[in-house]
This record gives sequence, C-alpha cells and structure tokens, in this order.
Amino acid sequence: MSPKRKLRVLVAKPGLDGHDRGVRVIARGFRDAGYEVVYTGVHQTPEQIASTAIQEDVDLVGLSCLSGAHLFLFSEVVRLLREKSAADITVIGGGIIPEEDIPKLMDAGIKAVFLPGTSLDEIVQWTEANVRPVEESQEPAR
Amino acid sequence: MFDEKTLQQVHDGMLEWWGKVKAAVDNGRGMRRFSTVSDMEVKPLYTPEDIRDLDYAENLGTPGSYPFTRGCQPDMYRGRVWTFRMFSGFGSARDTNRRYHHLLKHGETGLSIAYDYPTLMGYDSDAPRAHAEVGKCGVAIDSLADFEVLMAGIPLGEVTVSHTINPPASVTWAMNLAAADKQGVSWDRLGGTLQNDMLKEFIAQKTFMLPPEPSVRLVRDIIEFGTLHVPRWNTISISGYHMREAGATAVQELAFTLADGMTYVQDVLDHTKLDVDAFAPRLSFFFDAHIDFFEEIAKMRAARRMWARIMRERFKAKNPRSWWMRFHTQTAGCSLTAQQPLNNIVRVATQAMAAAMGGTQSLHTNSYDETLALPSDQAVTVALRTQEIIAEETGVTNTVDPLAGSYFVEALTNQMEEKALEYFDRIDAMGGMLAAIKQGFPQTEIADAAYRYQRQLDRKEKTLVGVNKYVAEEKTPIEILKIDEKLEEEQVARLSEVKRTRDNREVARALGEIRRACDGGRNVMPHVIEAIKAYATEQEICDVYRDAFGRYQDPGFF
Repeated sequence: MSPKRKLRVLVAKPGLDGHDRGVRVIARGFRDAGYEVVYTGVHQTPEQIASTAIQEDVDLVGLSCLSGAHLFLFSEVVRLLREKSAADITVIGGGIIPEEDIPKLMDAGIKAVFLPGTSLDEIVQWTEANVRPVEESQEPAR
Repeated sequence: MFDEKTLQQVHDGMLEWWGKVKAAVDNGRGMRRFSTVSDMEVKPLYTPEDIRDLDYAENLGTPGSYPFTRGCQPDMYRGRVWTFRMFSGFGSARDTNRRYHHLLKHGETGLSIAYDYPTLMGYDSDAPRAHAEVGKCGVAIDSLADFEVLMAGIPLGEVTVSHTINPPASVTWAMNLAAADKQGVSWDRLGGTLQNDMLKEFIAQKTFMLPPEPSVRLVRDIIEFGTLHVPRWNTISISGYHMREAGATAVQELAFTLADGMTYVQDVLDHTKLDVDAFAPRLSFFFDAHIDFFEEIAKMRAARRMWARIMRERFKAKNPRSWWMRFHTQTAGCSLTAQQPLNNIVRVATQAMAAAMGGTQSLHTNSYDETLALPSDQAVTVALRTQEIIAEETGVTNTVDPLAGSYFVEALTNQMEEKALEYFDRIDAMGGMLAAIKQGFPQTEIADAAYRYQRQLDRKEKTLVGVNKYVAEEKTPIEILKIDEKLEEEQVARLSEVKRTRDNREVARALGEIRRACDGGRNVMPHVIEAIKAYATEQEICDVYRDAFGRYQDPGFF
C-alpha cells in the first residue's frame, strides 16, 4: 500500500473581483496544513478554474468571491466540473455571501460556505473530515 | 525640546517608575507584549526622553508650512472642515443618481463614484465576462449616456466628483469633461479627483488591465493633460488604502504609497516637458484609517512630513504647494465584522476620529452593513451622521493638530518615518518600485503581514469583538440592499440603444485616432474625449488599449 498522499487544493478567484486577501491567507493556511496548493491569481473564468482543477488533479477547489456574483460563478464551476466528468472534486466557497444564498449554493453542489470571521483551523478541520484524495475514494482509480 | 536638567529629572523619575512596574512584572502581571494592530511594539510609558531630539521647526513646523507635519492649512478645520465624501454607487446610473441626491440633501459635500466591476475592468455590461457582475459592486457605466444620467441635476462646477477607477480612468474622466461641456461648465472651474494610481493595483487592489509600463504611461498622459487643461483637478490619488485593506501594516502602507508617488513624479519628469512645480500641487493621496487610533494619527503626520521632504529635497520643488500632501481617508473596511454588525458603527466612529486628528482633507465613513452587502439608505445615513457628529459636536476641530507634543504620538510619528525609510532603501536597492513590484516584493510583504494577523486572531493574541471574543449566538437582523437581477438585462438594452442611435463612422474614426496616439506616444486624452462625445463605449476604448499594449496576467503571489 502506498502511503497516503498529500491533499491537492486549488484556491481560485472567479470573476472580476480583485479582493484577494482572504484567498491568499487561505492558500497559506492550506500550505501550512501540509497540502499542496495551487493558486492561479485573480480574474479567472469558471472555465479556466475547472480546467486547472482537472489538469492539476486536485481534490478540493476553494472559491472566493466578494463582489456579489457568487451565485452564478460558483454554480458554474460545479456545473463545468460535472460536465467534464470531474464531479468527484469537492468545491467549497467563501466571501461576502448573504446567509439566504447559502442554501442555493448548497443545492448547486457547493459542499461548504465559509463566511468572514471563520478561523483557518475551522476550514482545515472541515477539510480533514470531508475531503479524501480523489483516487482513494474511487474504484477503479481515475 | 527639553533642557538637560529636565531630562535628568525625567530620567530619575523613570528609574523610580520602573521599580514599581518591575514588581508587577515579577508578579506575572505586565509580561505580555503590547503592540499596535500592525504589530509594532508599544512601550508602557513615553516621556520627554523619547522625543529629546525633536526640533520643533525642523520636525513639526507651524500648520500650513514646511514640513506640514501639523497639517496643510494654517487654520485647518476652523476655516473649513474636511469634505464629507461618501464612496457610493450601485445598480444603474439612475439608482445611483438618486442616492447622490439623498446624500447631498443630508449634508454630503462631495461625490465619490463607486463603479461596478465590469466598468472598473474596462468591460461593457454586455461582455461575457460582465455576466452576473453588472451593477453589483458599484454603478454600471458603459457610455456618456449613462454618465449624463448619473450626474443629472448635479452642478459639476460646484460639487467636486471623485472617480474611484484606474485602468479606464481616462475614459470616465472624458465622460466627466464631456458632461461638464454639456452643462456649460468650463474646465477651469471643474474640481474633482481621479484615483488613476496603477502601481497599487499591481500591489493590492488587483483591478489591472495592461502591463505595468503602459499602465503608468496612461497615468502620465492624464497628469499631463490635467496640468495643462483642467487646473483644479487632482489627476491622481496615490493610494495606500488598498494595500492596508489587503493586510499591509501601517508602515508598509506609508512606505509603499510614498514610493509609488516618487515613481510617478520621476516618470512625469522623465517623459514630459512639465516642471515639477507645474504638476506636483495636484497630486493627492488616499489613506486608510484603521482601528489602532494613535498609530493612524502618527502615520498621517509622518506621511505629510516625509512627502514634504521628498518633494523639496529629492525633486527640488520650489512651490510650497508641491511640498504639501493633501489626502482623502476612508475608514477600514477590513476591520468591520459581519458578526454583530451594529458594533461597526463604533469602529467607524473611532477611525473617523483618528482621520480628523490626523488632518485629513476628505473622509469616507463606512456603513455598518458593508461586510454583508452594499450599504442600505439607513446605514449610509448613520455613516454620514458619524462625520457630522465628530465635526460639529465633539470639539476635535477646535484646534489644529491636537495631539502634537504628545510624547507617544511624536515618538510613534518618528518611528513610522524611520521604518518607512528602511523600506525606501530596500526598494531603491531593487531598482525602484516598478522593479520591486515585478519581483512581487510589496505583494509578498503585505501577504506576510495579512497571514501573521490572521494567525494572531486565530490564537486570540489580537481581539476582534464578536468574532474571537464576546461572541453572541443570536444574530442581529438588519435590512440589506439587494440588486435586482433584472438590472443587467435593462442595462444591456440601454447599451444597444446607444450603439444603434450613434454615428458609428465617427466612433470608428475616433477609436482609430486613439490607437494612433497609443502607438505614436502622443497624449491619448484629446482623442478619448472625442470618442466619448461620439458615444463610444468604455470597452471599445479599453479594447484599443488592450490591442495596443497587451494584457496583464496576475502572477498569483501568495
């Protein structure tokens, strides 16, 4: 049996929003938690994010949006991953998101939404409990 | 400042005082390290010893004179209080125009336009990339037709307008100039500000479009055109705000902002025929007012002193107006919490008080609901009232620079300057700010500071009320502003109507002229104004820039 590999995480900023303080703090937090982290910078389209997630073989995609366009952009990333047969990649999100939008995001396939004030430890704990390396959870391996 | 005898007495007193404090330390009390929100260590006590070398004339001076530590104006707020300028924009031009009239009716004295993301990034509302972003984070402006609605009933010769926009600054400014022509206001009567600071976009705010060099070239075109044709306009607002919001310390905000300012001054001197005293008086600045009260006041005082010295000594400016630093302040959005949002009113009031004591020329106070959505009418009114209460009830405006001479504030002001100068040395060693930005230096310094602060919050070394201490389970229900999803459709319809009814040959001709100016190194502004008057759209003009200069890709430093 091969030793369990590190989790691979893509943190991404969809849309035109430039607020990247949170996403960069999270990228470092994931790295310090021992994950391999990919961050592709601001102004990514949902298509770019889905393609990167597949190319980089990640287990988790963390999306950040503070501009109010989260409903469309987050849902679009999940839809594209499904379309590309990569529905096994977990997608989570955070940012300035009204409470009433959270159920809509969950319905669209976002597995968790983290709001301002969440500590890094909470996010890492959630990840430990809910995300496994993709090929381990799949039979046969992708 | 003090004679030797006094200093000796102070020193003796300190020894006695330390004996008492040491007892507390030995008992386990007072061991903790105390620091500002930027993590700058603060001593338990400041005395004349901390400012023994302070020379009143050289380091402080009278208000309104070099080095302007105590303020730009001799009488400061006795003559006129700071401008109440609320950054505001959402939905359509019509929605925002209504908000402007509401604010002006309630005592606001200047306007500040918040554009939506597509507008900030040079996209029209019908662009694929604009989908779901139209009117969300600000007002959607595609062409002069929208701008005319935005400014309906607002006399542009009397109310100053600030444009918070960067890569397309030339475009919205051209709309403003064209709208002034239509109102019959000549450009020499027109007051306002363009943010137009591209360097801090690469460092922090991240609304970038073109690579750094052509970005700075457009900044320069605007400075040159304004200097020659729109003399009361502040052609740039050199901004630390966004760096601070991205996590910078107060020292980083100060150092990187002034380093950016020096870069622009040198660039204009290198590439135009303008004398430094022709354009420097119209350079303006923009700082954050964060929650650490004294640190902010010290930062603002140090900023004025440093800029005065830079302009006189480094750039040999002779006009005192080239030495003075005028700045706008905004309270710290990043200090606000989604938890217990009404607490934000107290944070904003404290920060606004610091801005007043720091000698700001204009101020935006954030609304308590801004971590949840764009401000509601009620929230923005409370924010405006906060300024009015500070200006007219508290008495802080009665005397100039009320904290001058405080051992702590003067020592902290000196410390800000020393630490910022250390950053200047590092940036100079890298070959200047443009080179430093390309290496990711300021970006990474800021990311380090942001991460350190988050860790301090997680470990509860720093307190954020309602978030990591005094947490309440129950939620405070507040009304928030929602943008109607139909807005995008309506805005796109308006845009196609503009494109249908204008003279498309004239638009194509004007766009061709902009392209030739880009390629030939001539100032783009006259041609942008022509294109805007022909109802060319914002994206059409920005597409010319993108074709001529290429695009910038975020390297994604973290």
